[in-house]
Amino acid sequence: MGMAPRPGRHLAIARTMFRYILNKFALIVPTIIGITLAAFAFVRLLPGDPILAMAGERGVSPERYAELLERFGYNRPIWVQYFDYISGVLHGDFGVSLATKRPVLGEFLTLFPATLELATVAMLLAIAIGIPAGIFAAVKRGSWFDQLTMGAALTGYSMPIFWWGLLLIIFFSGTLGWTPVSGRIGLQYFFPPHTGFMLIDSLISGKKGAFSSAVSHLILPAIVLATIPLAVIARQTRSAMLEVLGEDYVRTARAKGLSPRRVIGMHAFRNALIPVVTTIGLQVGTLMAGAILTETIFSWPGIGKWMIDSIGKRDYVVVQSGLLLIALIVMAVNLVVDLLYAVINPRIRVQ
Amino acid sequence: MSNQTTAVPSKPAARPGALAEFWHYFSMNHGAVLGLVVFALLVLVAIFAPLIAPHAPNEQYRDALLTPPMWWANGTSNFILGTDAVGRDILSRLIFGARYSLFIGVVVVTFALVSGIILGLLAGFFRGWVDTVIMRVMDIILAFPSLLLALVLVAILGPGLFNAMLAIAVVLQPHFARLTRAAVMAEKNREYVVSARVAGAGNIRLMLVTILPNCLAPLIVQATMSFSNAILEAAALGFLGMGAQPPTPEWGTMLAAAREFILRAPWVVTFPGLAILITVLAINLIGDGLRDAFDPKLKRS
Repeated sequence: MGMAPRPGRHLAIARTMFRYILNKFALIVPTIIGITLAAFAFVRLLPGDPILAMAGERGVSPERYAELLERFGYNRPIWVQYFDYISGVLHGDFGVSLATKRPVLGEFLTLFPATLELATVAMLLAIAIGIPAGIFAAVKRGSWFDQLTMGAALTGYSMPIFWWGLLLIIFFSGTLGWTPVSGRIGLQYFFPPHTGFMLIDSLISGKKGAFSSAVSHLILPAIVLATIPLAVIARQTRSAMLEVLGEDYVRTARAKGLSPRRVIGMHAFRNALIPVVTTIGLQVGTLMAGAILTETIFSWPGIGKWMIDSIGKRDYVVVQSGLLLIALIVMAVNLVVDLLYAVINPRIRVQ
Repeated sequence: MSNQTTAVPSKPAARPGALAEFWHYFSMNHGAVLGLVVFALLVLVAIFAPLIAPHAPNEQYRDALLTPPMWWANGTSNFILGTDAVGRDILSRLIFGARYSLFIGVVVVTFALVSGIILGLLAGFFRGWVDTVIMRVMDIILAFPSLLLALVLVAILGPGLFNAMLAIAVVLQPHFARLTRAAVMAEKNREYVVSARVAGAGNIRLMLVTILPNCLAPLIVQATMSFSNAILEAAALGFLGMGAQPPTPEWGTMLAAAREFILRAPWVVTFPGLAILITVLAINLIGDGLRDAFDPKLKRS
């Protein structure tokens, strides 16, 4: 650490890095195949009949039933159906929703920005509050601030967020009348979705009040979704900082007479950051699970609500491909976190 | 935070003072003791629910729909926390609900712990293809967001409390498998294991009697955290209509039924959620205390 890299050293690092990435991919491929198998199997095990689900209330005649069975390939051997599905997926065809008759991928892509926007704002909120809170709690260990913050963090960590959302609605939408109860923006605002992110689109549209409407719709769901990651990040930052503050090099830096601010900012936090980054990455799965509840409570038109509705409607194709897409996104993010981890922590590359 | 993979080589009950020492460290953590007291009270409430509850949980008082809590205007001391939309006493339902939540926690953790330990022991002890297969399956389970996977499993099995518990156990179980595997791999080549093998101990005996007791500390901490997780996830499933079905007085299910009255009768929403929060918080406080008491690194303070 801190040594000037010798020429030729970069190449060696690049080579270990490359081998590390290859290793990661070798591990991930069987998992991806397993995920596709699981998503496919789960959905085949769902009770009910896809053709009948498609026909809806009216039902179908036996001849029409046979015809549909033939058309959608449900009468062929199960493994043929699986390979068919996979080759479709590899060509970007994730099937057609039984309920809306639209391609699943298209629906996913129109709804995903809503979830991404909500999750991004929630995560930024969690990081912006959680990391400073954790640092101060560690530096002022045992103080009232530390105890209050850690008490709040454990409460947040224990929070049934669906109830927390309802409480916020009661208070901010009911009692105070400050925020709307559901949706992404007021109904009076109409503009084309350039990016799918309401905050950006409302700004582009230039309509008066559109942006503040979008913000007031977003704020409560974002707080609800941020709650658990915020608590986890604050706790993790605190314990990582405590660990680092006890290390020799921090004591040395202090003894050298560096100001506390420099010691904490330059020496301690930089090293405490490694486990914190990992923690943040691991919260992506938590965010997706949280999005299901948050989007349901606030009628937020994103992926979580889409999945819940599709499970309720027994829309096989959507559940199957939605599961697959969500799992792939979570895995991709975890892979990126792993690689980032290897970049900031050279020790991990070698093992 | 829950995936501590270091096995703590403490041998419970080996030294006579081990338990006392453990209690000493645990009781220094005031939060943990508070959590333990609250949890003990909850257990008592659950056991003696029929004696404590002022009303039967499903009794509908048709002339007292949506009565507010007693300290509000119009409240009566007959219904201390008020009544819900069909005139059932909320306090009595919460008291009986404690039974469901604790039952859910116990069943889920038992199932997840036992299956996780078995899989982790097999994977860590035998390695090779057994290890690969088991751990790949665990990776697949962990690749899905837990609540989403539980939802789909419940959709397959059919909504209901038992299926919800099963689904949550499946989702939580990989954590136990990973912990056990890591602990087993750390212990496997230690001298006491090798000498037990040389003395003629069979694989089953080595796994269960020799190695497992020395891997318990992280598993106990994880079990505590899973207990609270199970209660939260079961409440979430109940809230989404996929867990316990009405009129069961399960807390999450109560919240689902209360949703449409949130602005008219906030108390039907407030109290069930508060019950969930207090229970989960108490268990997490205990979990934090256990972790610190087991962790030798922090024992100095």
